Amino acid sequence: MRNLKLYIPVFAFLLLAVFMWQGLYMDSRTLPSTLIDRELPAFELRALNEGDQLVSNADLPDEPFILNIWGSYCLPCLQENPIFMSAKEQDLVPIVGVNYKDRDNLARDWLDINGNPFTMNIVDDTGRYGIDLGVYGAPETFIVDANGVIRYKHIGTINYQAWQDEIMPVVRELQSAHAAQTDASAGQSS
Amino acid sequence: MKPIAVFVKSLLLVCSMLLAVSVIAQVDVFDFETAEQEDRFRQLANDFRCPMCQNANLTHSTGGVAADLRREIYNQIMDGRTDDEIEQFMLQRYGDFILYRPRLTVQTILLWFGPALFLLIGVWIAFGIIKRSANKGTDDPENVSDTVQPDDLTADEQARLDRLLSDKLANNPSTGDNSPDDSRR
Repeated sequence: MRNLKLYIPVFAFLLLAVFMWQGLYMDSRTLPSTLIDRELPAFELRALNEGDQLVSNADLPDEPFILNIWGSYCLPCLQENPIFMSAKEQDLVPIVGVNYKDRDNLARDWLDINGNPFTMNIVDDTGRYGIDLGVYGAPETFIVDANGVIRYKHIGTINYQAWQDEIMPVVRELQSAHAAQTDASAGQSS
Repeated sequence: MKPIAVFVKSLLLVCSMLLAVSVIAQVDVFDFETAEQEDRFRQLANDFRCPMCQNANLTHSTGGVAADLRREIYNQIMDGRTDDEIEQFMLQRYGDFILYRPRLTVQTILLWFGPALFLLIGVWIAFGIIKRSANKGTDDPENVSDTVQPDDLTADEQARLDRLLSDKLANNPSTGDNSPDDSRR
Protein backbone atom coordinates (compact mmCIF):
# COMPACT_ATOMS: atom_id res chain seq x y z
CA MET A 1 0.00 0.00 0.00
CA ARG A 2 2.74 2.38 0.96
CA ASN A 3 4.67 1.56 -2.22
CA LEU A 4 1.60 2.27 -4.31
CA LYS A 5 1.33 5.72 -2.83
CA LEU A 6 4.84 6.47 -4.01
CA TYR A 7 3.68 6.03 -7.59
CA ILE A 8 0.87 8.59 -7.38
CA PRO A 9 3.00 11.42 -8.87
CA VAL A 10 3.98 9.13 -11.73
CA PHE A 11 0.35 8.29 -12.45
CA ALA A 12 -0.61 11.95 -12.23
CA PHE A 13 2.17 12.82 -14.64
CA LEU A 14 1.13 10.12 -17.11
CA LEU A 15 -2.51 11.22 -17.00
CA LEU A 16 -1.57 14.84 -17.60
CA ALA A 17 0.89 13.84 -20.34
CA VAL A 18 -1.78 11.87 -22.21
CA PHE A 19 -4.18 14.82 -22.17
CA MET A 20 -1.54 17.32 -23.20
CA TRP A 21 -0.17 15.05 -25.91
CA GLN A 22 -3.67 14.83 -27.38
CA GLY A 23 -3.97 18.59 -27.09
CA LEU A 24 -0.91 19.00 -29.29
CA TYR A 25 -2.70 17.35 -32.19
CA MET A 26 -6.15 18.76 -31.61
CA ASP A 27 -7.35 21.08 -34.34
CA SER A 28 -9.55 23.67 -32.70
CA ARG A 29 -9.78 25.73 -35.88
CA THR A 30 -12.24 23.44 -37.62
CA LEU A 31 -15.57 23.26 -35.85
CA PRO A 32 -17.72 20.16 -36.14
CA SER A 33 -20.71 21.02 -38.25
CA THR A 34 -24.13 20.78 -36.68
CA LEU A 35 -25.69 20.43 -40.12
CA ILE A 36 -24.49 16.93 -40.95
CA ASP A 37 -27.48 14.71 -41.77
CA ARG A 38 -29.77 17.71 -41.84
CA GLU A 39 -31.42 19.13 -44.93
CA LEU A 40 -29.70 21.88 -46.79
CA PRO A 41 -31.24 25.12 -45.46
CA ALA A 42 -33.86 26.66 -47.73
CA PHE A 43 -32.78 29.58 -49.87
CA GLU A 44 -34.15 31.88 -52.51
CA LEU A 45 -31.31 33.91 -53.91
CA ARG A 46 -30.05 35.39 -57.12
CA ALA A 47 -28.03 33.24 -59.46
CA LEU A 48 -24.78 34.70 -60.73
CA ASN A 49 -24.86 35.49 -64.47
CA GLU A 50 -28.61 35.23 -64.73
CA GLY A 51 -29.80 38.76 -64.17
CA ASP A 52 -32.28 39.06 -61.32
CA GLN A 53 -33.58 35.54 -61.63
CA LEU A 54 -34.06 33.86 -58.28
CA VAL A 55 -33.04 30.27 -57.64
CA SER A 56 -34.08 28.02 -54.78
CA ASN A 57 -33.53 24.49 -53.48
CA ALA A 58 -35.71 23.15 -56.33
CA ASP A 59 -33.05 24.25 -58.83
CA LEU A 60 -30.31 22.15 -57.22
CA PRO A 61 -29.12 18.96 -58.94
CA ASP A 62 -31.26 15.90 -58.19
CA GLU A 63 -28.17 13.78 -57.68
CA PRO A 64 -25.37 14.00 -55.09
CA PHE A 65 -23.44 17.24 -55.49
CA ILE A 66 -20.76 19.41 -53.91
CA LEU A 67 -21.63 22.83 -52.49
CA ASN A 68 -18.60 25.08 -52.38
CA ILE A 69 -18.53 28.41 -50.50
CA TRP A 70 -16.18 30.69 -52.38
CA GLY A 71 -15.29 34.30 -53.11
CA SER A 72 -13.05 36.16 -55.50
CA TYR A 73 -11.14 37.57 -52.49
CA CYS A 74 -10.38 34.06 -51.22
CA LEU A 75 -6.88 32.84 -52.02
CA PRO A 76 -7.41 29.19 -51.04
CA CYS A 77 -10.36 29.14 -53.48
CA LEU A 78 -7.85 29.84 -56.21
CA GLN A 79 -5.99 26.74 -55.08
CA GLU A 80 -9.15 24.63 -55.20
CA ASN A 81 -10.18 25.81 -58.64
CA PRO A 82 -7.97 23.49 -60.78
CA ILE A 83 -9.18 20.46 -58.81
CA PHE A 84 -12.80 21.45 -59.38
CA MET A 85 -12.07 22.19 -63.05
CA SER A 86 -10.66 18.71 -63.62
CA ALA A 87 -13.66 17.21 -61.79
CA LYS A 88 -15.89 19.10 -64.19
CA GLU A 89 -13.93 17.93 -67.23
CA GLN A 90 -14.17 14.33 -66.08
CA ASP A 91 -17.84 14.82 -65.20
CA LEU A 92 -17.27 13.37 -61.73
CA VAL A 93 -19.82 15.30 -59.71
CA PRO A 94 -21.79 18.55 -60.11
CA ILE A 95 -20.34 21.45 -58.11
CA VAL A 96 -22.65 24.24 -56.97
CA GLY A 97 -21.01 27.48 -55.91
CA VAL A 98 -22.15 29.84 -53.20
CA ASN A 99 -20.55 33.19 -53.94
CA TYR A 100 -20.13 34.31 -50.34
CA LYS A 101 -19.95 38.01 -49.42
CA ASP A 102 -18.55 38.99 -52.79
CA ARG A 103 -19.45 41.41 -55.57
CA ASP A 104 -21.03 40.07 -58.74
CA ASN A 105 -18.65 41.77 -61.15
CA LEU A 106 -15.57 40.61 -59.23
CA ALA A 107 -16.95 37.08 -59.06
CA ARG A 108 -17.66 37.00 -62.82
CA ASP A 109 -14.18 38.29 -63.60
CA TRP A 110 -12.68 35.65 -61.33
CA LEU A 111 -14.58 32.89 -63.14
CA ASP A 112 -13.58 34.31 -66.55
CA ILE A 113 -9.92 34.34 -65.61
CA ASN A 114 -9.64 31.08 -63.65
CA GLY A 115 -12.34 28.99 -65.27
CA ASN A 116 -15.83 28.21 -64.05
CA PRO A 117 -16.21 24.73 -62.54
CA PHE A 118 -19.68 25.42 -61.13
CA THR A 119 -22.90 24.10 -62.63
CA MET A 120 -24.68 26.96 -60.92
CA ASN A 121 -23.74 29.81 -58.64
CA ILE A 122 -25.85 31.16 -55.80
CA VAL A 123 -25.20 34.78 -54.80
CA ASP A 124 -25.00 35.29 -51.04
CA ASP A 125 -23.67 38.82 -50.99
CA THR A 126 -24.92 39.60 -47.47
CA GLY A 127 -23.65 36.37 -45.94
CA ARG A 128 -27.10 35.61 -44.54
CA TYR A 129 -27.33 32.20 -46.22
CA GLY A 130 -23.83 31.54 -44.93
CA ILE A 131 -25.14 31.96 -41.38
CA ASP A 132 -27.81 29.35 -42.08
CA LEU A 133 -25.05 27.04 -43.28
CA GLY A 134 -22.91 27.73 -40.21
CA VAL A 135 -20.21 29.12 -42.47
CA TYR A 136 -17.51 31.29 -40.94
CA GLY A 137 -15.23 31.92 -43.88
CA ALA A 138 -14.56 30.77 -47.43
CA PRO A 139 -13.64 28.18 -48.50
CA GLU A 140 -15.98 25.69 -46.92
CA THR A 141 -17.36 22.71 -48.80
CA PHE A 142 -20.45 20.56 -48.24
CA ILE A 143 -21.36 17.27 -49.85
CA VAL A 144 -25.12 16.98 -50.33
CA ASP A 145 -26.93 13.77 -51.26
CA ALA A 146 -29.67 13.33 -53.88
CA ASN A 147 -32.36 14.08 -51.29
CA GLY A 148 -30.85 17.43 -50.41
CA VAL A 149 -29.40 16.25 -47.08
CA ILE A 150 -25.93 17.44 -46.05
CA ARG A 151 -23.63 14.45 -45.60
CA TYR A 152 -20.18 15.91 -45.16
CA LYS A 153 -18.43 19.18 -44.51
CA HIS A 154 -14.87 20.15 -45.21
CA ILE A 155 -13.55 23.38 -43.72
CA GLY A 156 -10.66 25.09 -45.42
CA THR A 157 -8.82 24.41 -48.64
CA ILE A 158 -9.43 21.22 -50.56
CA ASN A 159 -6.06 20.20 -51.88
CA TYR A 160 -5.52 17.25 -54.17
CA GLN A 161 -5.01 14.85 -51.28
CA ALA A 162 -8.17 15.96 -49.47
CA TRP A 163 -10.07 15.60 -52.73
CA GLN A 164 -8.79 12.05 -53.24
CA ASP A 165 -8.96 10.82 -49.65
CA GLU A 166 -11.90 12.70 -48.18
CA ILE A 167 -14.24 14.17 -50.75
CA MET A 168 -14.35 11.58 -53.54
CA PRO A 169 -14.93 8.52 -51.32
CA VAL A 170 -17.99 10.21 -49.80
CA VAL A 171 -19.20 11.34 -53.23
CA ARG A 172 -18.81 7.86 -54.73
CA GLU A 173 -20.64 6.28 -51.81
CA LEU A 174 -23.55 8.69 -52.18
CA GLN A 175 -23.57 8.21 -55.95
CA SER A 176 -23.79 4.43 -55.70
CA ALA A 177 -26.54 4.76 -53.06
CA HIS A 178 -28.37 7.11 -55.38
CA ALA A 179 -27.93 4.73 -58.33
CA ALA A 180 -29.31 1.84 -56.26
CA GLN A 181 -32.24 4.01 -55.21
CA THR A 182 -33.14 5.05 -58.75
CA ASP A 183 -32.78 1.45 -59.98
CA ALA A 184 -35.15 0.30 -57.27
CA SER A 185 -37.75 2.94 -58.04
CA ALA A 186 -37.40 2.27 -61.77
CA GLY A 187 -37.98 -1.43 -61.09
CA GLN A 188 -41.06 -0.63 -59.04
CA SER A 189 -42.66 1.61 -61.65
CA SER A 190 -42.12 -0.78 -64.58
CA MET B 1 0.27 62.47 0.26
CA LYS B 2 0.36 59.25 2.21
CA PRO B 3 1.84 56.27 0.37
CA ILE B 4 -1.42 54.35 0.70
CA ALA B 5 -3.31 57.18 -0.99
CA VAL B 6 -0.79 57.22 -3.81
CA PHE B 7 -1.22 53.50 -4.21
CA VAL B 8 -5.00 53.65 -4.31
CA LYS B 9 -4.97 56.50 -6.78
CA SER B 10 -2.57 54.78 -9.15
CA LEU B 11 -4.61 51.58 -8.86
CA LEU B 12 -7.74 53.47 -9.86
CA LEU B 13 -5.88 55.03 -12.75
CA VAL B 14 -4.75 51.62 -14.04
CA CYS B 15 -8.27 50.25 -13.69
CA SER B 16 -9.74 53.12 -15.67
CA MET B 17 -7.19 52.47 -18.41
CA LEU B 18 -8.33 48.85 -18.58
CA LEU B 19 -11.93 49.97 -19.04
CA ALA B 20 -11.00 51.84 -22.19
CA VAL B 21 -10.25 48.63 -24.10
CA SER B 22 -13.88 47.51 -24.30
CA VAL B 23 -14.98 50.84 -25.68
CA ILE B 24 -12.99 50.71 -28.91
CA ALA B 25 -13.99 47.18 -29.89
CA GLN B 26 -17.19 47.53 -31.85
CA VAL B 27 -17.63 49.93 -34.70
CA ASP B 28 -20.97 49.20 -36.32
CA VAL B 29 -23.91 51.35 -35.26
CA PHE B 30 -27.38 50.04 -34.56
CA ASP B 31 -30.46 52.04 -33.64
CA PHE B 32 -32.55 50.56 -30.87
CA GLU B 33 -36.04 51.58 -29.83
CA THR B 34 -35.54 50.92 -26.15
CA ALA B 35 -32.59 50.78 -23.75
CA GLU B 36 -33.66 47.26 -22.84
CA GLN B 37 -33.16 46.10 -26.44
CA GLU B 38 -29.71 47.63 -26.46
CA ASP B 39 -28.82 45.90 -23.19
CA ARG B 40 -29.97 42.57 -24.58
CA PHE B 41 -27.93 43.11 -27.72
CA ARG B 42 -24.81 43.88 -25.67
CA GLN B 43 -25.37 40.86 -23.48
CA LEU B 44 -25.92 38.47 -26.42
CA ALA B 45 -22.97 39.78 -28.42
CA ASN B 46 -20.81 39.28 -25.33
CA ASP B 47 -22.04 35.75 -24.71
CA PHE B 48 -21.46 34.36 -28.19
CA ARG B 49 -18.02 33.39 -29.39
CA CYS B 50 -16.87 34.44 -32.82
CA PRO B 51 -16.49 31.22 -34.87
CA MET B 52 -13.62 32.64 -36.88
CA CYS B 53 -11.42 34.43 -34.35
CA GLN B 54 -11.95 31.89 -31.68
CA ASN B 55 -10.82 33.65 -28.57
CA ALA B 56 -13.00 36.70 -29.00
CA ASN B 57 -16.69 37.19 -28.44
CA LEU B 58 -18.87 38.78 -31.08
CA THR B 59 -18.53 42.21 -29.49
CA HIS B 60 -14.77 42.23 -29.65
CA SER B 61 -14.22 40.47 -32.93
CA THR B 62 -13.51 42.34 -36.12
CA GLY B 63 -14.02 39.25 -38.30
CA GLY B 64 -16.46 39.40 -41.17
CA VAL B 65 -18.71 36.67 -39.86
CA ALA B 66 -18.83 38.35 -36.44
CA ALA B 67 -20.22 41.51 -38.00
CA ASP B 68 -22.82 39.41 -39.84
CA LEU B 69 -23.81 37.66 -36.64
CA ARG B 70 -24.08 40.96 -34.76
CA ARG B 71 -26.39 42.23 -37.46
CA GLU B 72 -28.38 39.01 -37.27
CA ILE B 73 -28.76 39.37 -33.49
CA TYR B 74 -29.86 42.97 -33.97
CA ASN B 75 -32.44 41.99 -36.61
CA GLN B 76 -33.82 39.23 -34.46
CA ILE B 77 -34.11 41.46 -31.40
CA MET B 78 -35.97 44.03 -33.47
CA ASP B 79 -38.20 41.23 -34.79
CA GLY B 80 -39.21 40.53 -31.20
CA ARG B 81 -37.41 37.22 -30.75
CA THR B 82 -36.50 36.21 -27.21
CA ASP B 83 -32.95 35.61 -26.00
CA ASP B 84 -33.63 31.87 -25.87
CA GLU B 85 -34.83 31.82 -29.46
CA ILE B 86 -31.72 33.69 -30.60
CA GLU B 87 -29.50 31.28 -28.68
CA GLN B 88 -31.28 28.32 -30.29
CA PHE B 89 -30.78 29.94 -33.69
CA MET B 90 -27.03 30.20 -33.10
CA LEU B 91 -26.77 26.71 -31.61
CA GLN B 92 -28.50 25.12 -34.58
CA ARG B 93 -26.05 26.67 -36.98
CA TYR B 94 -22.76 26.81 -35.14
CA GLY B 95 -23.16 24.26 -32.36
CA ASP B 96 -22.07 24.45 -28.74
CA PHE B 97 -18.89 26.16 -29.80
CA ILE B 98 -20.69 29.46 -30.21
CA LEU B 99 -21.43 29.63 -26.48
CA TYR B 100 -18.70 31.19 -24.39
CA ARG B 101 -20.31 29.68 -21.30
CA PRO B 102 -20.66 25.97 -22.09
CA ARG B 103 -23.95 24.29 -21.32
CA LEU B 104 -24.07 21.77 -18.49
CA THR B 105 -24.20 18.38 -20.19
CA VAL B 106 -22.69 14.96 -19.54
CA GLN B 107 -19.78 15.90 -21.79
CA THR B 108 -19.05 19.17 -19.99
CA ILE B 109 -19.48 17.94 -16.41
CA LEU B 110 -15.72 17.59 -15.93
CA LEU B 111 -15.24 21.08 -17.36
CA TRP B 112 -17.70 22.56 -14.89
CA PHE B 113 -16.83 20.63 -11.76
CA GLY B 114 -13.26 19.47 -12.50
CA PRO B 115 -11.64 22.41 -10.68
CA ALA B 116 -13.77 21.83 -7.55
CA LEU B 117 -12.95 18.12 -7.75
CA PHE B 118 -9.21 18.80 -7.91
CA LEU B 119 -9.53 21.27 -5.03
CA LEU B 120 -11.22 18.59 -2.93
CA ILE B 121 -8.50 16.08 -3.77
CA GLY B 122 -5.89 18.67 -2.80
CA VAL B 123 -7.61 19.44 0.51
CA TRP B 124 -7.90 15.71 1.23
CA ILE B 125 -4.17 15.17 0.60
CA ALA B 126 -3.24 18.24 2.66
CA PHE B 127 -5.35 17.03 5.58
CA GLY B 128 -3.73 13.63 5.35
CA ILE B 129 -0.25 15.15 5.54
CA ILE B 130 -1.15 17.45 8.43
CA LYS B 131 -2.78 14.65 10.35
CA ARG B 132 0.18 12.35 9.88
CA SER B 133 2.70 14.92 11.05
CA ALA B 134 0.52 15.72 14.07
CA ASN B 135 0.41 12.03 14.99
CA LYS B 136 4.17 11.68 14.85
CA GLY B 137 5.71 10.89 18.23
CA THR B 138 2.58 9.61 19.86
CA ASP B 139 2.22 6.12 21.22
CA ASP B 140 0.29 4.95 18.24
CA PRO B 141 2.34 1.94 17.08
CA GLU B 142 1.38 2.55 13.45
CA ASN B 143 3.08 5.91 13.54
CA VAL B 144 6.51 4.84 14.79
CA SER B 145 9.03 6.54 12.60
CA ASP B 146 12.53 5.53 11.68
CA THR B 147 14.15 7.75 14.31
CA VAL B 148 14.85 6.25 17.71
CA GLN B 149 12.27 7.09 20.33
CA PRO B 150 13.13 7.49 24.05
CA ASP B 151 11.01 4.47 24.86
CA ASP B 152 13.14 2.29 22.63
CA LEU B 153 16.05 2.22 25.08
CA THR B 154 16.77 -1.09 26.70
CA ALA B 155 17.26 -1.28 30.45
CA ASP B 156 21.08 -1.32 30.02
CA GLU B 157 21.04 1.73 27.79
CA GLN B 158 18.77 3.57 30.18
CA ALA B 159 21.11 2.84 33.09
CA ARG B 160 24.09 4.09 31.12
CA LEU B 161 22.23 7.25 30.14
CA ASP B 162 21.35 7.92 33.75
CA ARG B 163 24.98 7.39 34.77
CA LEU B 164 26.28 9.77 32.13
CA LEU B 165 23.80 12.44 33.01
CA SER B 166 24.52 12.24 36.71
CA ASP B 167 28.32 12.30 36.02
CA LYS B 168 27.86 15.40 33.98
CA LEU B 169 25.83 17.11 36.64
CA ALA B 170 28.33 16.12 39.33
CA ASN B 171 31.44 17.32 37.48
CA ASN B 172 32.15 20.86 36.55
CA PRO B 173 31.33 20.96 32.79
CA SER B 174 34.34 23.18 32.05
CA THR B 175 36.86 20.54 33.24
CA GLY B 176 35.58 18.17 30.66
CA ASP B 177 34.47 14.65 30.92
CA ASN B 178 36.73 11.96 29.52
CA SER B 179 34.06 9.46 28.98
CA PRO B 180 34.53 7.94 25.49
CA ASP B 181 30.81 8.27 24.88
CA ASP B 182 31.19 12.01 24.95
CA SER B 183 33.58 12.15 22.02
CA ARG B 184 31.03 13.90 19.76
CA ARG B 185 31.31 17.11 21.69
